[in-house]
This record gives sequence, structure tokens and C-alpha cells, in this order.
Amino acid sequence: MKWKTKELGYAFPKTVPVLAGYLVLGAAYGMLMAGNGYGPFWSVLISVVVYAGSLQYLGVSLLVSGVNPLYGFVLSFMLNARHLFYGISMLDKYKNVKKFKPYLIFALTDETFSVLCGEVTPSELDRDQVYFWIAFLDHCYWVLGTWLGAMLGNALTFNTAGMDFALTALFVVIFVGQWSEKSGRKPAILGVGAAVLCLLLFGEDQFIIPAMAVMLAVLFFVYNNRKVLESKEKEAV
Amino acid sequence: MKEIGGDMLLVAAMVAATMLTRFLPFLIFRGGKPTPPFVVFLGKTLPYATIGLLVVYCLKTPILSVASQLSGQNGGEIIKNPGAWGIPEWIAVFAVAVLHMWKKNSLISIGIGTVLYMVLVQAVF
Repeated sequence: MKWKTKELGYAFPKTVPVLAGYLVLGAAYGMLMAGNGYGPFWSVLISVVVYAGSLQYLGVSLLVSGVNPLYGFVLSFMLNARHLFYGISMLDKYKNVKKFKPYLIFALTDETFSVLCGEVTPSELDRDQVYFWIAFLDHCYWVLGTWLGAMLGNALTFNTAGMDFALTALFVVIFVGQWSEKSGRKPAILGVGAAVLCLLLFGEDQFIIPAMAVMLAVLFFVYNNRKVLESKEKEAV
Repeated sequence: MKEIGGDMLLVAAMVAATMLTRFLPFLIFRGGKPTPPFVVFLGKTLPYATIGLLVVYCLKTPILSVASQLSGQNGGEIIKNPGAWGIPEWIAVFAVAVLHMWKKNSLISIGIGTVLYMVLVQAVF
């Protein structure tokens, strides 16, 4: 396979918002781990192999309290259950990917998913390489941020408070972009509605899985209704 | 050494669970077999719904602040304590959305929005 720089040059600007967010959140993670007695070896290792932000933050308290690995496994699965939706959303997109597919699936974080799910690569570029660079650069930012945080500790003088808002802004930008495609408005409203409803009902620590269940139930209902309508139309013809 | 072994085991459990959530859909719906039509339908609708979920996830704290203010706790505090309504977040999100509808340039929208938010939380509120 030939590596070309054009793909990297195309992919990099798309990852800059993630760069800002991951450096800050990764560094915060490295500092948190260091504060709990886990140095750069542990925090960098975990950022490389686990690579799941919210779980890693939770993982600090799991490590400190030394929970049973089986309990850790179940808790990790529940917290990361939203990845199942990313996988289903990317089935079609990844279907024809020839190179790096296992890595592309492994590296499907919230942010990489949101950058890739709207990605339409120009035909003159190698699509698989573009996907790889986006995923790999994001991964590097996360690991680099973790390492910096673990090494620098609280020596940072630059006030980074609020910089992690870059990730919120990234999701808002993708949401606005999708909103302009009219076909996606109903599911977008469903996603926001189900999430807000479940957030108010179940609180901030356990609303994701109920929200996913509500979304699946509504989509199943819509899908079945549509099927009934289609078969009625066929009968009418 | 025993403790390091325990930590390693826990990290391995976190890796296994995370990989499972990411690989499961691809393992169940392999390329060879036709994907069930409902899953195809999910593949077309879930990307939109999931981004909506992520936006709410990021804004959960300001959303809950507004909800608790509206439900009557600390009613009327908005002038004394605008932070309690998550005002910096709402201003910055509004700015990002308007900028993006206007300029349609992700880096401009995210960059200006983030700097605005940093100024709001560090210097204003």
C-alpha cells in the first residue's frame, strides 16, 4: 500500500476540534490518575488500550477502590453501551472499507464517530486512508494529552478552564449540519427528546440506556407503521 | 506485585467491555449475510438520533440547572446568579449554532464558540 500525504492533509483539519478537546480532557485524566497514585505508565497505557473517555474517568475510582474485574466489566459495558449505536450507524459506511477495518472499529469514540458519520471523501482521495488518519490522529491526541497531564501535573500556568467546550461545540456543529438535511430532522428530534426526557426522569448518571431504549422503541414503531402503509399501498395498486 | 496484577486484570476487563460494545454490531451483522431491514432502517435514522443524544449528554448540567430553576427551587435567582441557569453554556451553544448556520465552517464555529465560552467562565461569570 502506498501512503500519500494528501489524505493526511485532508484529514487533519477535520480533527482540529478533537485536538483541542482531547488534549484538555486527556491531560485532566492524566492529572487525576497521577493524583491517585497512578503515574504516566498507567494512564498512558489505559489511554492507548481502553480509549474511552468517560469510562477512563470512572475507571480511576474503580482502580482506587480495587473493584472485582467482573463488576468492572459489567459497569464498563453499561457505560459504553452507546457505542452499539455508533456501530449500527457505521455498518453501511464501513461495509466497503478494505484496510484498517478492525482499527477503525476499535477507535470509534464519540468524537471520531461524529466526525466520520458525516464524512464524504472526495473520489480522488483514498477513502480508507482518510478514515484511518481521522481515527488515528484523534487517538494520538488523547494519548498525548494524557501523557502531558501525567508529566506536567499541576505545573500548567495557562488557564484551560472551559477549553473542553470544544467537544460540545463539535457535537453542536454536527447537529446543525445534519439539521440542514431535511430527512434527518425527525430522528434528530427523537434523539434530543428521548435524551432530555430520560435525563429529567432518571438523572444525569443513568439516563443514556433508558434513552437508547426509548429511541429504539419509537423507531421500531415507526418502522412497522411504515411497513403497514407500504403493504396497503401495494394492495391498492 | 499482587496489586499490580489486580489492576491489570481490571484494565483488561475495561478493554474487553469497551471492545465488545464497539465490535458487536459488526460481528452480528457481517458483510456476507444480508442485514435485516429493520437494522438497515436503524442505520439510516440512528446517526441523527445519536448526535442529538450526544448534544444532550454534553449539556446535561445546564439542562438540569434550568429544570431545577423552573421547578421553583431558587426561583428568581437569575439576576443574582446567572451561572445557576447554565447561562455561559447556552450563550456559547447559541453562538456556535448561529455561526455555523451563517458561515458553515466547522473550525470557525467551534473555535470562536470555545474561546467565547472560556472568556465567559473565566472572566465574566
